[in-house]
Amino acid sequence: MSDYLLSILIWLPIAGGVVLLAMGDDNNPASARAHAMRWTALAVSVLTFIFSIGLYTGFDTTTAAMQFVERAPWVDAIDVWYYLGVDGLSAPLILLTTFITPLVVIAGWDVIKTRPAQYFAAFLILEGLMNGVFSALDGLLFYVFWEAMLVPMFLIIGVWGGERRVYATLKFFLYTFLGSVLMLVAFIYLFRVTGSFDLFGWMASPLSLGAQKLIFIAFLLAFAVKVPMWPVHTWLPDAHVEAPTGGSVILAAIMLKMGGYGFVRLSLPIVPDGSEYFAGMMIALSLIAVVYIGFVALMQTDMKKLIAYSSIAHMGFVTLGFFIVWHMAGGSGAVLGVQGGMVQMVSHGLISGAMFLCVGVLYDRVHSRRIADYGGVANTMPVFAAFMVLFSMANAGLPGTSGFVGEFMVIIASFKANPWFAFFAATTLILGAAYTLWMVKRVIFGEVANDNVAALQDLNRREFIVLAILAFAVLLIGLWPAPLVDMMNVTIEHLVEQAGQTKF
Amino acid sequence: MDWMSFITAAPEMTLLGLICVVLVADLFVDNEHRILTYWMALASLAVTLWVLLATAPDGRTEVFSGSYVSDGLSQALKIAVTGFVAVAFIYARDYLRANDLHKGEYYVLGLFGLLGMMIMISANSLLTMYLGLETLALSQYALVAFDRDNENSAESAMKYFVLGAIASGALLYGISWVYGVTGSIQLDEIAAVLAADAALNSLPLWFGIAFIIVGIAFKFGAVPFHMWLPDVYHGARSPVTLYVAAAPKIAAFALTIRILVDALGDLHEVWGGMIMVIAVLSLLLGNIVAIAQTNIKRMLAYSTIAHVGFILLAIFCGTEEGYAAALFYTLTYVVAAAGAFGMVILLSRRGFEAESLRDFKGLNARSPWFALMMMFLMLSLAGIPPFIGFFGKLNAISAVLGSGYTGLAVMMMLASVPGLYYYLRVVWYMYFEEPEDLAVLQANTDTRLVMSLNGVAVLALGIVPGWLWALCLAVLA
Repeated sequence: MSDYLLSILIWLPIAGGVVLLAMGDDNNPASARAHAMRWTALAVSVLTFIFSIGLYTGFDTTTAAMQFVERAPWVDAIDVWYYLGVDGLSAPLILLTTFITPLVVIAGWDVIKTRPAQYFAAFLILEGLMNGVFSALDGLLFYVFWEAMLVPMFLIIGVWGGERRVYATLKFFLYTFLGSVLMLVAFIYLFRVTGSFDLFGWMASPLSLGAQKLIFIAFLLAFAVKVPMWPVHTWLPDAHVEAPTGGSVILAAIMLKMGGYGFVRLSLPIVPDGSEYFAGMMIALSLIAVVYIGFVALMQTDMKKLIAYSSIAHMGFVTLGFFIVWHMAGGSGAVLGVQGGMVQMVSHGLISGAMFLCVGVLYDRVHSRRIADYGGVANTMPVFAAFMVLFSMANAGLPGTSGFVGEFMVIIASFKANPWFAFFAATTLILGAAYTLWMVKRVIFGEVANDNVAALQDLNRREFIVLAILAFAVLLIGLWPAPLVDMMNVTIEHLVEQAGQTKF
Repeated sequence: MDWMSFITAAPEMTLLGLICVVLVADLFVDNEHRILTYWMALASLAVTLWVLLATAPDGRTEVFSGSYVSDGLSQALKIAVTGFVAVAFIYARDYLRANDLHKGEYYVLGLFGLLGMMIMISANSLLTMYLGLETLALSQYALVAFDRDNENSAESAMKYFVLGAIASGALLYGISWVYGVTGSIQLDEIAAVLAADAALNSLPLWFGIAFIIVGIAFKFGAVPFHMWLPDVYHGARSPVTLYVAAAPKIAAFALTIRILVDALGDLHEVWGGMIMVIAVLSLLLGNIVAIAQTNIKRMLAYSTIAHVGFILLAIFCGTEEGYAAALFYTLTYVVAAAGAFGMVILLSRRGFEAESLRDFKGLNARSPWFALMMMFLMLSLAGIPPFIGFFGKLNAISAVLGSGYTGLAVMMMLASVPGLYYYLRVVWYMYFEEPEDLAVLQANTDTRLVMSLNGVAVLALGIVPGWLWALCLAVLA
């Protein structure tokens, strides 16, 4: 069965989504059908997670080669293959996807009143497509998953989102589509040069520096929009604010990671010289994201917007970690940077997901995301307050939480590259603490601000389970990151080697 | 002339005979039993299809003194046009009945149009081509005016007729210049004469080619000869729009390939530039003007213009791969367009034309299944994977890149971004808005079935696109 594990992880959720659509909708959440539907969605997502554990237990950490490989011809005439496989870069992200999706299903349990079947189906289909992005080793297959993934998210934001949902979701779709159209041109160019869509063929093929620069820019547009990097980040706050809680969680926890994943899967190994050429610019953009967006986050009055901006700042660390590779004499420093970026991706997935769930808990009760509408929540929701404070600490990079590990690794690596990089990167420790903890102070602590807050009910069992699982994961990675790092180590060493070579 | 000639042209002969039968039989059918005409028309299509398959050519056969050709390309295209005419008939029936328009003329004219398309597809001489083109065009003019009490239909038919006559005149004028220069109207002879004497490649020939391209651009609806298209799509009754939007695009492709490639293939540098200019203009104008439309038929009309730009850019490459990509794009576009107009028909009912974008509001609440199908069709037209439209775009861009036009490929991709917006707007209305119109969908089972097949087809073809691409490459090799 492990021969088809990746296919199962892609197609099982998609099939589950189709079944849900076929079951049809029932807008009465108490009805037997709505009940059966929710349990089906949960069962499929949990089953997918259980299957994905096989990915961890069966993973060989001593090789950089692709594992769980599946390869079958898809479109013979243009040499496209249904070619799947994972290595240390993609396996943790697939695990993150399968881990977060059941939590999102639980979080939407009886909150989603209109068309719940379509809601859950959209998330399951999205999960399958995202697993496809992380496991595709054929360029065209990758692109198909990459674009197809936008459709369920477009519907999730547009149907179940807030007031300005249409604007936000169109902006999201058009922005990301505009980013990725040139990636397709680059893919077709590489296909014409190498005769296939095989990623390894692309990595092996020599390319002139001029071609590499153009391909890098084409990739950059696609990935920078997804990450998102300053200055193409403006779709993210809108999308996050308008998306339903589950949509925000998936968006922050997984979709943003696709951009970072794209850099390490495609840009660095396929156009190493192009990446090196633009590395300085990438570092500058990353540092701007960390510092400038940190200040922007400080100004926000809307909790979701604040977390969205904090996501952009944190993702700046990811791209910083990836692109300082060329500023070192090679060796351990470079590996540490990429590793830090990868750990940061997983950790940010957990923390930002948890933060959005916390805001969702408050929003479900008060129907406001404005910081000013809260105050003294700890008095009425002590359990919730404990979780929220924990995740906020993690978001600010407190040692012992997963947020610390990635940021610390990147800061150390960037210090080796250039102390100034480290100086600017480290401002996040101050800014991150400032905007996160200031929000916590205003929302959680202090006197009970108004009647709404006074009437708040503490977490119910369902919400408690979701947040407790996430809290456990955040602390686990914070205290014991070794399994995660071991999983990625060999692959990243190989990647740094690939990035260091010259292809023309 | 021998009997072989008639056997090679058997599909056309059969169809002509059957049309006469339907035409006469329809005289004796009263309005209540008009369904008989419908079934006879479908049966004629089935018989024609059977004859097509039974007389499949073995390689290339030229008959009637070389003015008629039968080859793999003609076979594939004829099967496609027959199929799309059948689809148009099936979608049309309920609508025509509900609107008291169920007359034999729709079917008879539709069949005559099909005959014209088949003649165009098999034409191996400029005059045969013109003959087929006029048979198709006259049927279409009459079809557009088919609802004669409707002012919009009459106006658009008049417009179509006048502009179409001018374009036909331009085409015929161009043909006469080409004949004057080369001394032949037979396509392969023209190619041979031009290959033998390079001195013929001069201004008079270019002049003729320019006029021929005007004719081609008009038939495709490419800028700047696109003016008729939005008005005709909008003014005609929806089943006629569906007919005009689907199969004739395939015939226009045949017209282009036969004349520009079979006869003038060596003069690519002469016609390539002209085709590129009209293609780029079509792509830009179509995609941008479509954004401003509030009527879905007009929106789809402008989107057609944009798609024609894609098709012509693939032809512009001048390579076999480019021609195959153009054919693939045409076929996949027609599948999705037929479905989109089918959906307009499906949502319409007696006295109510569901042609405003607003009529799609809240479709997901009224019928989740058809909203899903419409979403598939829109995403396919927008070129989002895994729908078949994506592979059309992929092949076209790959062909353009393969010919070394990187800038053009980038422009094609960027132009599809505004395209995405207006297709998504339909999805937005269907899914994000509440319905304004709560009427139950009235379509019959067979319309629903064809609609569902059509929607599923754009997804299924997108998942297994390989065979269609291999077929397109094979018939154009």
